[in-house]
Amino acid sequence: MTENVQHSMNPFDEIALEEAVKMKEKKLANEVVAVSLGGPKCQEVLRNALAKGADKAIHVEVSDAEYQKIEPLHVAKALQKIVEKEKFDLVFLGKQAIDDDASQTAPLLAGLLDWPQALYASKVEKPGDDYLQVTREIDGGLDTIKVKLPAVISADLRLNEPRYATLPNIMKAKKKPIDKISTKDLGLDLTPQTTTLEVSDPPVRKAGGFVDDVPMLIVKLKEKGLIKT
Amino acid sequence: MSLNTGGCSRFGSTLVIAEHDDTTLTPITLNAITAAGKLGDDVAVLVTGANASKVAEQVAKISGVKKVLVAQDDKLKNNLPERVTPVVLASQKQFNFSSIVAGASAFGRSVIPRIAAKLDCAPISEVTEVHSADTFTRTQYAGNAIVKVQSSAPVKVMTFRSTSFTPASQGGNGSIENAPSADVKVESSEFIGQELSKSERPDLTTAKIVVSGGRGLKSGDNFKLIYDLADKLGAGVGASRAAVDAGFVHNDMQVGQTGKIVAPELYIAVGISGAIQHLAGMKDSKVIVAINKDPDAPIFQVADFGLKADLFKAVPEMIAAL
Repeated sequence: MTENVQHSMNPFDEIALEEAVKMKEKKLANEVVAVSLGGPKCQEVLRNALAKGADKAIHVEVSDAEYQKIEPLHVAKALQKIVEKEKFDLVFLGKQAIDDDASQTAPLLAGLLDWPQALYASKVEKPGDDYLQVTREIDGGLDTIKVKLPAVISADLRLNEPRYATLPNIMKAKKKPIDKISTKDLGLDLTPQTTTLEVSDPPVRKAGGFVDDVPMLIVKLKEKGLIKT
Repeated sequence: MSLNTGGCSRFGSTLVIAEHDDTTLTPITLNAITAAGKLGDDVAVLVTGANASKVAEQVAKISGVKKVLVAQDDKLKNNLPERVTPVVLASQKQFNFSSIVAGASAFGRSVIPRIAAKLDCAPISEVTEVHSADTFTRTQYAGNAIVKVQSSAPVKVMTFRSTSFTPASQGGNGSIENAPSADVKVESSEFIGQELSKSERPDLTTAKIVVSGGRGLKSGDNFKLIYDLADKLGAGVGASRAAVDAGFVHNDMQVGQTGKIVAPELYIAVGISGAIQHLAGMKDSKVIVAINKDPDAPIFQVADFGLKADLFKAVPEMIAAL
């Protein structure tokens, strides 16, 4: 169910946008462009991005019916076309969307463009002209890699603290341009490769109830053979 | 509707991309090998890296592995996705696998979609169940929806959730051969270094018991209580996002939708309210214990044993009793 439920910018995308805006503030970037693919509601998300510091926005329009079947590969292909047309040097994405939890778009886009990728970034530095140094959150801790520009980066939760859009900036954002573009303009084939056969609820876990105190808890865990007697 | 989608069922062969630290195979690859075995007939494993030969010897002895492809090259040190991908593509060109898979770790999630893009295939993330060579189950919305999908992609390019598949056992006798050579470019990315958290405790994702702390711990110093309890139980230590964000512990301990997914025999949540993002990472645990002073905390709705108590009293009492 997605109608009449509260929607907002994916939290990881807010972090990605914040980092891009920060790079512009540090004069490491000239222009920040926000891109969103989806139905008319994307406009709100893009206005919000403009209010937070993006210079302009591109809305790739798809109907709500089409959007149901959109896969990360389609999104990556749309981004690829836009990136090639606009000649961007850097693409920031969130590490995953909290609805489909796929965590695919950034590495798909990097693969399509044949650009290097730095996923799960928790720190982005620009020590040289043509490369970035990125600290990544990996399973056992952190690693640091260098990626040559142009590159694709995905933002992890701890990259930064996204700013709020202030009222004056929300007003200013209304004057900033949002370019609309259709998937046909981009020459995209939206044939899905994945069909949903069935959506079900996960098995429900029943609460087992309370134990009175620590000794009782330990007795219960010993009975189950979970801790040694 | 075609009866034999891509001919996978008869000629199915799967390539598993191995993850390792130059000396040992990462346990998640064992789970991925089990999952791969459910897809079709043959399982091949690709080991890339600067010390790949040594790891390949281990892989050949894993049950179910028919062939091990080795790409040993200093250029492949630390297995950067930009460098591993051409090796996978060269292997695919030669052997025409019906599936290319890896465990859903930071490594697998980096490399699998990149490969999928090159093959023009829609990848499938964090598969939890294999029904057939083209039908799988995965979860969405932080584990709140179970989705069964059918893939018509010419090659099934997937990651597997480790906690959903048992690790493959020893006892195989696979052949070892060199992977086809690939043009590995080195200029686009470079590994600088890593800072891994050192711990004597069991790995969080494979531990039989996990003790996790949340915001209720109030400080990083108080997390010692969690470590002490874990040590008494031989447990791995996890944390909620609130504990990580408050700086009590490092982020690689985070359990949840955007952290690690665990499914131990026993999960003890201490001072964790049980936000849906946290539950996504631990609700498949066999037995869940919650210690929290708020009886309305959502964690109690999934706990097999709930203890409404001040953790600063209850945890030392538990440590003393064990």
